[in-house]
Amino acid sequence: MKNLHVAIAAAAATMWAGAAIAGNAPGVTDTEIKIGNTNPYSGPASSYGTIGKSIGACWNWVNDTGGINGRKIKWISLDDGYSPPKTKEQIRKLVEREKVAFTFQTLGTPTNSAVHRYMNKKKVPHLFVATGATKWGQPKKFPWTMGWQPNYQTVGAIFGNYILQNYPQGKVAVMYQNDDYGKDYVIGMKRAMGAKYDAQVVKQETYEVTDPTIDSQIVALAGSGADVFVNISIPKFAAQAIKKMHAIGWKPAHILNDVAASINSTYKPAGLDKAKGIISVDFYKDPNDPEWKDDPETKAWRAWMDKYYPGGDKSNKFNAYGYAVCHTMIAVLKNAGNDLSRENIMKQAASLKEVHLPMLLPGMYADTSPTDFYPLEQMQMTRFDGERSVRFGPLISAETE
Amino acid sequence: MALSEATSVAMRANPAKTAVLFGIKLPMWKLYLTVIGIAVALVVPFIVEGFTVFQLTQALVYAIAVLGLNLLTGFNGQFSLGHSAFYALGAYTAAIMVERYEVAFYWTILPAGIICFIGGFLFGLPALRLEGLFLALATFALAVATPQLLRYEHFEGFTGGVQGIDLFKPDSPIEFLGGDQWLYFVVLLCAALLVVGAWNLTRGRTGRAMMAIRDNPLAARTMGINTSLYKSVTFGVSGFYTGIAGALGAAVAEFVAPDSFTFFLSVWLLVGMVIGGLGSIPAAIVGGLFILYVPNISEALIGQVFGDDPSAKALIGVAFGCFLIFAVYVMPNGLAGFVRWFVARYSRPGV
Repeated sequence: MKNLHVAIAAAAATMWAGAAIAGNAPGVTDTEIKIGNTNPYSGPASSYGTIGKSIGACWNWVNDTGGINGRKIKWISLDDGYSPPKTKEQIRKLVEREKVAFTFQTLGTPTNSAVHRYMNKKKVPHLFVATGATKWGQPKKFPWTMGWQPNYQTVGAIFGNYILQNYPQGKVAVMYQNDDYGKDYVIGMKRAMGAKYDAQVVKQETYEVTDPTIDSQIVALAGSGADVFVNISIPKFAAQAIKKMHAIGWKPAHILNDVAASINSTYKPAGLDKAKGIISVDFYKDPNDPEWKDDPETKAWRAWMDKYYPGGDKSNKFNAYGYAVCHTMIAVLKNAGNDLSRENIMKQAASLKEVHLPMLLPGMYADTSPTDFYPLEQMQMTRFDGERSVRFGPLISAETE
Repeated sequence: MALSEATSVAMRANPAKTAVLFGIKLPMWKLYLTVIGIAVALVVPFIVEGFTVFQLTQALVYAIAVLGLNLLTGFNGQFSLGHSAFYALGAYTAAIMVERYEVAFYWTILPAGIICFIGGFLFGLPALRLEGLFLALATFALAVATPQLLRYEHFEGFTGGVQGIDLFKPDSPIEFLGGDQWLYFVVLLCAALLVVGAWNLTRGRTGRAMMAIRDNPLAARTMGINTSLYKSVTFGVSGFYTGIAGALGAAVAEFVAPDSFTFFLSVWLLVGMVIGGLGSIPAAIVGGLFILYVPNISEALIGQVFGDDPSAKALIGVAFGCFLIFAVYVMPNGLAGFVRWFVARYSRPGV
């Protein structure tokens, strides 16, 4: 008799568990979807915090306009101070106590690394993380984690293709930051250029993020006689490179990574006239760019900023970024309809078909598949004309396998 | 029997108000607090959910690190802004042993402590020439350099570079204990042993020497105390405690990376120590809880007051600052000082 009871209890438990799997994710009711997030609102990387705030403002707008399929979004965004152990604590709080359906746009490479395995073990969607590292797109090993922005390898591949097409005989000099970020670009370039990489690259130099200057690297690269310079550095060093190149009169075609392609933090400190002609890439609309002054999407974005995030800075590109990434999530939730199980949310995230997002460059779209966890893989070349970065040429795509 | 002798002496001195626990002489109110504290610590993981157990484990880990810092600053009067470096050294020792050499986690705790003891002792030797603010500056350099060294390419084979190292926390060998609960008890056991160790250390000859150096180095030397040896050893012991905290912290977070051990961690430990109370051992637990919970409380408070307004996130730091200022004003000697004052005020003999 006792065994029978156990058997019945076990069967009931199995049925209940089966029902739970088929049903909606925790945090989902008929009127609400709970979404978790961590952002550095304090600490060394707090300038990124405005991304989390703009996404919060975006959900306020979604809720004011009726929500998604009748459900309002409950956005729980916690401060992790860009410290990985704190991220782990906050993410566990979101998953285990707040019982969020999934997390979205958790920010930072080291911080997301700390919860990468946890999220996949718990089978909680870890969606559209805010980092450019390449490791977020491994659907076989980490089926619950997905990145968003074009990753560093993608950008490296775009640079490689650009060199092949425009400087097929060019002698190339490469400088990169000696860490995963710098190396990812080189991997992408090598993939795009194949054997031509070794044939064309005449000199490579690296720097440490702790170096005081990179003057000697620039002198060595100039001495190689290269006529194309691929500069993979953060703004501080990019500005130094521009100044030093001007001082020693080295004038190659200067290709600068998107990380440093900023007027305020790189070109102005180096001197706008010295930065003229620098080539880079971009994927979303810079609200400062006069080209978008009368653009309907940018106007709508400005109106939205005024109403929902009046404390936010309308010249900060990150607020446009937050708006665009929020629309990706909206698209996924709309497609998921009323089946809001974690499995289906992940499935919908992995089946975006050429979804247009506001504030991305014209013609750009998000696209994923069960084997392609890199939503954005297009960019457009830009050239700095002394005042602003002017886009040129077509959108370039570079798929990352 | 030294123990019963001590007991009888204590009984004679103040029969109603002292007792002995683990060889430590305590006034009765402290004994009650200790027993209640131990009982609560043992029962809590069975009452609260897994996430809270995880948080408490992390708080205990911070408490051990705060205790280490307190031995150095509170008892020996040496300042350190570099304890994040020892914490990192301990964490990386454990992570590298577990992930690269497949050593069971339990066997990494003591080596992590010993390596940090050696590191602390060696750092303490040249630091002897530095006093007060200059020592703080030298240790500050240690805290700033450590994350960069962990990223350094030639160590990458060991340290994993910027990516850090993933490690699994040990599985619970006891069926009715979950992974979080098991780790909590492991950390609790370590914390208990270290607290008893610190208690005995500071109550004995060594402790008196440490405090004499703190109060008047010149007089201490005149009394025949080898100040350089004691200062270096104290630095070593402080490193030992912090290193063990680091190793346990690595298992709690299941991840180590250079960004986990920035200068900010040193500041947090310092805050925990000051809030708890300088020169008090139980205060370390208060410090650990403060480090973990007060930022969360600030965040929750701002969330409650301002709701969904996105700009309000910037105020979390302000709320935390207010808590900190309030704590320092109300309890200028930390919570330990406050409790001492409270007991002295309300339990005068004969009342």
